[in-house]
Amino acid sequence: MAEKKKAGAFDIRIVIATLVGIYGVVLTILGIVEKQAEIDKAAGININLWGGLGMLVFTALFVLWARLRPIAVPVDAKPADE
Amino acid sequence: MLAQQSILRLDATAIDYIIIALYFVFVLGIGYLARRAVSSSLDFFLSGRSLPAWVTGLAFISANLGAIEIMGMSANGAQYGMPTVHYFWIGAIPAMLFLGVVMMPFYYGSKVRSVPEFMLRRFGKPAHLVNAISFALAQVLIAGVNLFLLATIVNVLLGWPIWVSVIVAALIVLSYITLGGLSAAIYNEVLQFFVIVAALLPLTLVGLHKVGGWQGLVDKVTASPGGSEQMSAWPGNALSGFGNSFLSVIGIVFGLGFVLSFGYWTTNFVEVQRAMASRNMSAARRTPIIGSFPKMFVPFIVIIPGIIAAVVVPELAQFKATGSGEVDYNDALLLLMRDLLPNGMLGLAITGLLASFMAGMAANLSSFNTVMSYDIIERYLIKDRPDDFYLRTGRWVTVAGTLIAIGTAAIASGYSNLMDYLQQLFSFFNAPLFATFILGMFWKRMTAAAGWIGLVSGTATAILVFVLSENGVINLPGQGASFVGAGAAFVVDILISVLVSTMTRPKEESELVGLVYSLTPKEQRTEVVLRGDHGWYRRPVLLAGISLAMTIVLNIVFG
Repeated sequence: MAEKKKAGAFDIRIVIATLVGIYGVVLTILGIVEKQAEIDKAAGININLWGGLGMLVFTALFVLWARLRPIAVPVDAKPADE
Repeated sequence: MLAQQSILRLDATAIDYIIIALYFVFVLGIGYLARRAVSSSLDFFLSGRSLPAWVTGLAFISANLGAIEIMGMSANGAQYGMPTVHYFWIGAIPAMLFLGVVMMPFYYGSKVRSVPEFMLRRFGKPAHLVNAISFALAQVLIAGVNLFLLATIVNVLLGWPIWVSVIVAALIVLSYITLGGLSAAIYNEVLQFFVIVAALLPLTLVGLHKVGGWQGLVDKVTASPGGSEQMSAWPGNALSGFGNSFLSVIGIVFGLGFVLSFGYWTTNFVEVQRAMASRNMSAARRTPIIGSFPKMFVPFIVIIPGIIAAVVVPELAQFKATGSGEVDYNDALLLLMRDLLPNGMLGLAITGLLASFMAGMAANLSSFNTVMSYDIIERYLIKDRPDDFYLRTGRWVTVAGTLIAIGTAAIASGYSNLMDYLQQLFSFFNAPLFATFILGMFWKRMTAAAGWIGLVSGTATAILVFVLSENGVINLPGQGASFVGAGAAFVVDILISVLVSTMTRPKEESELVGLVYSLTPKEQRTEVVLRGDHGWYRRPVLLAGISLAMTIVLNIVFG
């Protein structure tokens, strides 16, 4: 029945993780080489560094999720009435 | 906005442009990948009803998290302060939960392909036509607003003329929707959701740090022209336009909370379409309920930055104090980004705004093409062609819708507060629609004639209130006129519908199975537990209860 159909042609979680991961790397590097003037602009927070690191953590979590629960084949084959 | 270029021009550098460009590569890539999954019109218009609930749930709120929401709500935050949260905690959440718990079983269970199609089966052709045409019209108008806002941002950022930005933006949205249909729109909405959060969360945190934390913000707003009442959600007199606090609370709860928001969230096909794309009844019911969890925290990254902007950005603080200046409330987010974000994060913030505008417009267009193709063209104009024909039609309708949206972008430029404009539109279409739906779903005696007559008279009432308030006959500042218009439209619709029903013949009960509560067997209204739907955290009603409890706590904490 419909349940056997794949939920779309690709896993959106990987796409999201890739984009956010690239952003994370770029911002983290920017944050490491940040000039003091830029940090002062953001009220003393090195927002590129912290934002970038936050995005890398997010990426790791999303990849982990996609690995643990892939979409193509349903992982739990338990019957419907538990 | 043209005259403001110099003030608002963001200091974007190469790295910012790279971040923006990267995003568009992904957006178009998703459109291309989603294309492989489209082989029938159901794939194109409803994603083959195959998506998991977390995807449709995030798309559900992302579709609404367009330009109007982000810019309009931060503008309202700058102008009215915390009472703006009512759009979320009184408005959106209860209505979303109601949709998931009560109404979705009828939408998904009856296997209709659109909200107007539900109208057709419950009330017949006249009501269907009224609903389909007014919906299609509203969608292209709102798509125009989203497009216009997107173009103004690009104009501010790159200095491109508005019309060039309008066309480029329209082409990008057009290409991924015509390629991948609703799947491309939904997958992009999910991506957009995360990009928007990644853009606005750092802005909010930096802003809060700048004003000295939450207490610093409270102190600064209290000392500003807004005063301390702008830091508590209730009673929200300035927002509702009622001087009397009691009336204000009533106006917000019934006008905004009940009529406007229930009308919007439960009958708007843009939203319902996302739930219809999910893979089974349980996932469809969970779609708006899952969406309600992130939704309740959206105010913190949209309204709070608006409030911060009004106290830390000198130009905006001056505008708020004197009512004149080179900027207005709609610029709140842009000004805050300009003042606080370094390059890199700035590029991401701009990307987030562009993402949000495209999300809104794409959502409008992907529901517009479904209603036009299934409900107007297939039903009335060109019947009984092979499915392939309607798939092609859907793609061409998307092109036509985009062209019309470019035209309506011009209309949007004439209003200073976009939210007012949008609320007016919603009160025309959604409040009477909700009245008709709710009566039709729970009262089997309601007749086909009552369906369309109620709808038309309700809409006419909303327009009448709008005209009266424009001419100063009803004098309510703020959003009060919208609340009154929506409330009046709702009441008139119910009264007329009941009156007409008593004078006309009801439909046969056998035709109403699956459409009316009392005639639908319980098995048809509730989900069968399928593989992948186990666990207490996947039970729609329990999830809805948790969401409601959290919303009540938020209302108390920030009341």
